[in-house]
Amino acid sequence: MSDVVKLHYDVDGDNFMAAGEASSTVKNVLKRLGFGEDLVRRAAICLYEGEINMVIHANGGTIDVSVSPQTIEMVLQDQGGGIPDIEQAMQEGFSTASDRVRDLGFGAGMGLPNMRRYADSLEISSEPGQGTRVTMTLNIAPA
Amino acid sequence: MGTGITIGQIQKLLGARLLCGETMLGTEVHSACGADLMSDVLAFVKEQSVLLTGLLNLQVVRTAEMMDMKCIVFVRGKVPDEAILTLAEARGIAVMSTDCRMYSACGRLYAAGLVGLE
Ligand SMILES: Nc1ncnc2c1ncn2[C@@H]1O[C@H](COP(=O)(O)OP(=O)(O)O)[C@@H](O)[C@H]1O
Ligand SMILES: [Mg+2]
Repeated sequence: MSDVVKLHYDVDGDNFMAAGEASSTVKNVLKRLGFGEDLVRRAAICLYEGEINMVIHANGGTIDVSVSPQTIEMVLQDQGGGIPDIEQAMQEGFSTASDRVRDLGFGAGMGLPNMRRYADSLEISSEPGQGTRVTMTLNIAPA
Repeated sequence: MGTGITIGQIQKLLGARLLCGETMLGTEVHSACGADLMSDVLAFVKEQSVLLTGLLNLQVVRTAEMMDMKCIVFVRGKVPDEAILTLAEARGIAVMSTDCRMYSACGRLYAAGLVGLE
């Protein structure tokens, strides 16, 4: 597989119940590309947490995934309120989620820590009022 | 890991109603996880096959899907709606509902050899 596979999704910020559809599709594509279960699951966890964040914290955004022979790169871009203090946001348990979101099973402040744990690299750039860009890369182990 | 039990045995142990996934009753599973916070489930990348939860929405199925889980047990008699069952069915995930509360449901399964992952 020497081609680069590129995928693009728009994530609707108004529909919490539809959140995760893009992650589900990407997971299936990665599975079909023949990657190992563990790598696929790690990518799915990272993307799903990121997708949920875009919906609950930023009113939606876009996801771009590109798969090269070496890496799976996932970029999540939104135009939401941004993250004022990224270091604080990365801490386990830190969350600004509403009670409504908590009742839905999210907002435990574990999303970004999970993403950091399971991506080989996680980069976040964000300006208050300008949105957030999250880039996660997973390395594909040579076969 | 524990010895493994079938999804059918889980149904019996919990006196649960199977709501979808009849063809999976013979499938053997080896570990489970009980949680109402989906990020807690997602924090653990190792294979966990059964999710017990008191949370009732579509993201429970999404979470199970991301984790390659095979069975969702709704505790405290919660009954999922059609959308939840349709998605679970499409993803090949068995769904059941038990009147047991979370602690008892987990206890019964653990005692039967279905361990958690440390
Ligand atoms: N895309 C985003 N836009 C704005 N804020 C975000 C975004 N992603 C995360 N955050 C902020 O970072 C915090 C921590 O995120 P996370 O670890 O996923 O926990 P949770 O989503 O459970 O609150 C969030 O509560 C929110 O304040
Ligand atoms: Mg989150």
